[in-house]
Amino acid sequence: MQPLIELRQVSFGYGAEPALENIDLHLHPGQFAALVGPSGAGKTTLLKLVLGGLQPNQGEVYIHGQLLNGQPNPHVGYVPQLETIDWNFPVTVEQVVLMGRIRRAAIWPWPSMAEKRQMRTILEQLEIDHLAQRHIRDLSGGQRQRVFLARALIAEPDLLVLDEPTAGVDMRTAENVLHLLADLNRQGMTVLMTIHDLNAAAAHAPWIVCLNRRIIAQGRPEEVFVEDILNETYRGDMMVIRQDGMLFVQQRPHSHTYHEVVPDPVPGHPIEKVNDGYISASV
Amino acid sequence: MMDIFLHPFEFEFFRNGTIVAVIVGGICGLIGVYIVLRGMSYIGHGLSHAIFGGAVVAFVMSWNFYLGAGLWGFAAAVMINQTVRRTKINADAAIGVITTASFAIGVALISRYRRFTQSFDAALFGNILGVTTQDLWVVAGVALLIIVAIFFVYKQLLFVTFDSEVAQVYGVKTEWIDTLFALILASALIASMQILGVTLIAAALVIPAISARLLTDSFNRMIILSTLIGAVTGFIGMYLSFYIDIASGASIVLLQAGIFGLALIISSLRKHASQRLMHTHL
Repeated sequence: MQPLIELRQVSFGYGAEPALENIDLHLHPGQFAALVGPSGAGKTTLLKLVLGGLQPNQGEVYIHGQLLNGQPNPHVGYVPQLETIDWNFPVTVEQVVLMGRIRRAAIWPWPSMAEKRQMRTILEQLEIDHLAQRHIRDLSGGQRQRVFLARALIAEPDLLVLDEPTAGVDMRTAENVLHLLADLNRQGMTVLMTIHDLNAAAAHAPWIVCLNRRIIAQGRPEEVFVEDILNETYRGDMMVIRQDGMLFVQQRPHSHTYHEVVPDPVPGHPIEKVNDGYISASV
Repeated sequence: MMDIFLHPFEFEFFRNGTIVAVIVGGICGLIGVYIVLRGMSYIGHGLSHAIFGGAVVAFVMSWNFYLGAGLWGFAAAVMINQTVRRTKINADAAIGVITTASFAIGVALISRYRRFTQSFDAALFGNILGVTTQDLWVVAGVALLIIVAIFFVYKQLLFVTFDSEVAQVYGVKTEWIDTLFALILASALIASMQILGVTLIAAALVIPAISARLLTDSFNRMIILSTLIGAVTGFIGMYLSFYIDIASGASIVLLQAGIFGLALIISSLRKHASQRLMHTHL
């Protein structure tokens, strides 16, 4: 099968410093992949190369077998980090979502009936149709994420690219967003996202790409979330806990950290509490 | 009462001046929305000074004023955009350097050829006496072109104003839109120069838009309100200018400042009321 996205020996640098080196990556239609790695590993740079916002210094980026060559990728729906949005900008949910139609939009300032119908369908699918006239500032974290997801979907993309979709939202909202992405993936949408929360990535993304300037490893979560690979990716001391078919990744506590075992809230599931009050393991 | 209203219209200069003031007030209000939302308030101030330099050069070289000053202003706006895109220099610094240098060229030429100092007072502070029927047609034509341009790139301009980087990802030719907007802005400034004066154009660009922003959270309503505030203050400002005998640019801008103060009070009262309502519900 022809890959949807293919990066061949791609290198890119901002100035003399390389951000990415010799990246070989294939993403096939219907895949759901999470890019993980520490800050500064080149995750967002890789996304920008896929989006066509950057041109590689070396190597090529292909989409459906066609060379992208630093041009905007017409097959992609992009959801940026929510932290980059100006929430005071005077726009409604409807206006933001319709921005996603810009490639196919008529030249008139107002949307066509067909565009409005399509928007209504997507908003209903994401369960935010009642918010269409609401100002974007007046939305919760999860609703905001859904609005920008709707903007990406209305572009009728083959690939959804999301930059940190769980950043800045609470745990429950993050869980909902990832479930929503998994649902879209089950309906056939190809998804590529960057994510910092390794446990969420392990639970929801069937394919993980570990990145730190180069691809350290890629594969199913149980294949790549092993201590050697994570230590090389994060250049830290990582610990992987496997329990009941689930994976938990945690940075190993420093040697000076003392442990206090707090009273066992659930029989058989003790919780360790480290000296800064942080709960280090939940199994 | 009716006499007070109709009397100034007996003079051709007032009729021409008022029509131009309403048009440029509305156009500045319309463009100002994009300027304010893009956080580029300083560009109106800078570019109007750059255009002054261009106007002096056009005079010295015996070029057509509108063409010479317009091209000069457009070139300055494009240079600012390119400097920001291609270097590490911030927009405010680029505006500061390029437009001030351009203004300095104008000042240098005036000091070299002192014979036309008087006619440039009008360009600096605005003078309705100088508005000819030909100026009126030029201003109306420029305004029409600006409205048509904004109508056809409305969606692209909104997306670029909201998030330029993501707009590019979605296929908007942001560099092209920025260049078109620079041309629109330069044209609006040229059209406004005679009535508002270089030193007051920036205020006419920013104040109606800021006032409208205080009064609404809707982009479309902000566009309509800002254009209306610009046009209405242009009309009333001309009366004030006539009866109080002050420069037209100053009367229009002072009136807009008054509207801004009013919008600020209304916005504060609304915020206060919504906070009280929230406390009542809690």
